[in-house]
Amino acid sequence: MCLFQSVMNYLPKEVLEHVFDFLTSHHDRNAVSLVCESWYGVERFSREKVFIGNCYAVNPERLIDRFPRLRSLTLKGKPHFADFNLVPDGWGGHVYPWIEAMAKSGINLEELRLKRMVVSDESLELLAKSFPNFKSLVLVSCEGFTTDGLAAIASNCRLLRELDLQENEVDDRKGQWLSCFPESCTSLVSLNFACLKGEVNVAALERLVARCPNLRSLRLNHTVPVEVLQKILVRAPQLSDLGTGTFTHDPDSETYVKLKNAMKNCRSIRSLSGFLDVNGRCLPAIYPICTSLTSLNLSYAPGIFSNELIKLICHCKKIERLWILDTIGDKGLGVVANTCKELQELRVFPSDLYGVGNTAVTEEGLVAISAGCPKLNSILYFCQQMTNAALITVAKNCPNFIRFRLCTLNPIVPDAATNQPLDEGFGAIVQSCKRLTRLSVSGLLTDQLFLYIGMYAEQLEMLSIAFAGDSDKGMLYVLNGCKKLKKLEIRDSPFGNMALLSDMGKYETMRSLWMSSCEVTLGACKTLAEKMPRLNVEIINENEAGEDKASCDDRHRVEKMYLYRTLAGPRTDAPDFVWTL
Amino acid sequence: MQTGLLNGGGGLFTMSSSEESYSYPDESLLELGLGLSLGGGKTKAKTKHPAAAGGGGSWDHYARILTAKDFAGVVSDKTSSSSSSSSSSSITKVNTSGGTKRTAESPCSPPGRSAISQVVGWPPVRTYRMNTLSNNAKSPVTEQLFSIDDKCKSKNADTPSPNHGSCTNTNISKEKGFAKTSLFVKVNIDGVAIGRKVDLNAHTCYKTLSRALDDMFMPSASVGARGSNMERQVSVAGKRQPVKFLDGSSDFVLTYEDKDGDWMLVGDVPWEIFLNSVRRLRIMRTTDAKGLAPGSQERNRGRPITPL
Repeated sequence: MCLFQSVMNYLPKEVLEHVFDFLTSHHDRNAVSLVCESWYGVERFSREKVFIGNCYAVNPERLIDRFPRLRSLTLKGKPHFADFNLVPDGWGGHVYPWIEAMAKSGINLEELRLKRMVVSDESLELLAKSFPNFKSLVLVSCEGFTTDGLAAIASNCRLLRELDLQENEVDDRKGQWLSCFPESCTSLVSLNFACLKGEVNVAALERLVARCPNLRSLRLNHTVPVEVLQKILVRAPQLSDLGTGTFTHDPDSETYVKLKNAMKNCRSIRSLSGFLDVNGRCLPAIYPICTSLTSLNLSYAPGIFSNELIKLICHCKKIERLWILDTIGDKGLGVVANTCKELQELRVFPSDLYGVGNTAVTEEGLVAISAGCPKLNSILYFCQQMTNAALITVAKNCPNFIRFRLCTLNPIVPDAATNQPLDEGFGAIVQSCKRLTRLSVSGLLTDQLFLYIGMYAEQLEMLSIAFAGDSDKGMLYVLNGCKKLKKLEIRDSPFGNMALLSDMGKYETMRSLWMSSCEVTLGACKTLAEKMPRLNVEIINENEAGEDKASCDDRHRVEKMYLYRTLAGPRTDAPDFVWTL
Repeated sequence: MQTGLLNGGGGLFTMSSSEESYSYPDESLLELGLGLSLGGGKTKAKTKHPAAAGGGGSWDHYARILTAKDFAGVVSDKTSSSSSSSSSSSITKVNTSGGTKRTAESPCSPPGRSAISQVVGWPPVRTYRMNTLSNNAKSPVTEQLFSIDDKCKSKNADTPSPNHGSCTNTNISKEKGFAKTSLFVKVNIDGVAIGRKVDLNAHTCYKTLSRALDDMFMPSASVGARGSNMERQVSVAGKRQPVKFLDGSSDFVLTYEDKDGDWMLVGDVPWEIFLNSVRRLRIMRTTDAKGLAPGSQERNRGRPITPL
């Protein structure tokens, strides 16, 4: 061992660097940097890609200081529950300071991937103008920008390869952002503007597609009509990922025939999405490409009836990733189970969000899938009801789950057959699926479930709990048992101070903890904040302005608490309603 | 201590012996009462949840602040009681009845899906997805088709049936018509840091919008007096006095920022034109609203937001 270490120490830095080049995962790189000082040094100068799971865990200056060769940055901002309106506007997660700091320090940024952050037009403008080699912008669930910001990106990023906008809230200025791509721009590989609400200049779009021979991924928004789609497909038969705009047309028309032919010619398409406005009778046009599809997202297409969906799916024998609405029904899921033997990831979203009464899927569909699809490892399933027996069967059929997220539409519904809590069912899942890293539970659940989770879910990194548990014991089981836990988010559950304070050091091993509508009091949060200086303990106070921390009673329960480990100290951009204790 | 069995065979399972047998929540917990709180804690004369040993407490604590939209069509008289008389109303619990999880399910009544969708953030679906789906769902195309769905389903999809044909015809003719988009805009009221969101397309005229905003933002003479204000209002007439933002009889006026960034008074233009140009709403004090100057509101994008 000593000899080995000495040998490694005598290896020139260039060799170490070359070896480290083979390490692509962040985990590996992080591990390597902890071995010794010289490895730390070599690693930090050679690292080009950095992932920061919580933008407030570290500040930009520190990032730049440690990784001067940074080329690709991934940042995540708001807590996950912000997706469901639990975090008020103005909470934070601004990207501007990061872009500003990198611009000032001459970082050669090429790639920026943001999730749940606030991105202003000014940030986009600064980004576009500061980094001449900028190639790739991916924004997921972000907000704060308009099409003017996109215009700045299009105009200034000469080498742009990727502009990928997923599910963002974008203000449409009805400008001509797409026309801002100069004629000299021929480098686009991926363009996704499906989330934009406004019209784009279709002529400019067609010309852009025509001059970018490397374009592989194109996702249109709902304003792009079928005629334009057809022309685009003719120009870009090399596409491998397509998101359609509207897909409504008279199936007897000439345009439709042309579309069918164009589709037939696109032999590379492996991923299909869109259908934001669809006429089911137009679907046969895509049957030719269905046979080689590996990824299909129809979750934004409530207009496709169950029988049409089923017909479509019968052609999709190679599907690995399928996102659909619960309009497919249990029967449809049975067809999926019989047809899609390569299925790895399934997401079934609710179509009836306003309680109109459309039927959803039940435990039967899930059981069918588990029985028919041996490669299934990731599921998100919104269902009307569930039973322990079904979950136990699923656990037996599919021990390979990495992500298991089940959401009953009624958050506290018991076992539909026995009226018991669903503890045993979920317990079976965690016991059987030894590689489970992400779990979301729902339905009627007691502390018993959390005992199971603590006992069996050894690889669990993220756990989402809502309306579950009976007492502090539940939360304690999880905190004590799940050694690899990184993110814990809890809402409307009776976990209180005892659970929160029993193992304060645990939170430094985690990325974050969210607790809302639980039993935690202000006093306990203050205690935690005082004892753990390397945590930011933040309270979101949604009552009227003018109240300050000092006048609050420590015995009051806290509505929303979000705590996270950080090296950056309390944040300086917190709005008035966020109190850092 | 716990005796829950979980064998790999997936057969028997029993509950932990330390817990009582799990009975369904007492019906009395399901009341949609107003629940005005008069003390520091939320103690009520109700049976506690049987399995809530040590700290569980009654479930009404887990009510949420809901928007007016969430309440539409459920219970008429609701207030959010947010003050406790013993100390300042800083961190208060909102006992908004429609939002308690217990109200979501009752063994004898139908599933009550509309009640379930009242719980904030449940089902946990991204706002973006909800907006997009409601765009599609609201469009006349799919509404019409959903109702004919049953007929179409049973027919052989290969042979176009008369019904199916009429689906398509309706489809095409409606497609050219007006397709509504869900339109969530932010609403802020002077004096409150937290903004809310309202779906303008859930309304067809200024009146209903004003009523919804009125529900959302109870006006108060001063911060902290909110609770007593409401109690007074509730006790006086049995129903609240609406604020009537639009007729000038209150301390507040409703304004909106249009596409050009100008702040205008709501109500001057026809509803459809308003929908096309509105960006966000602000409920301003009447005193501040005099002589609304264009572009007077500085947009703080990318900077920490300061209170209005």
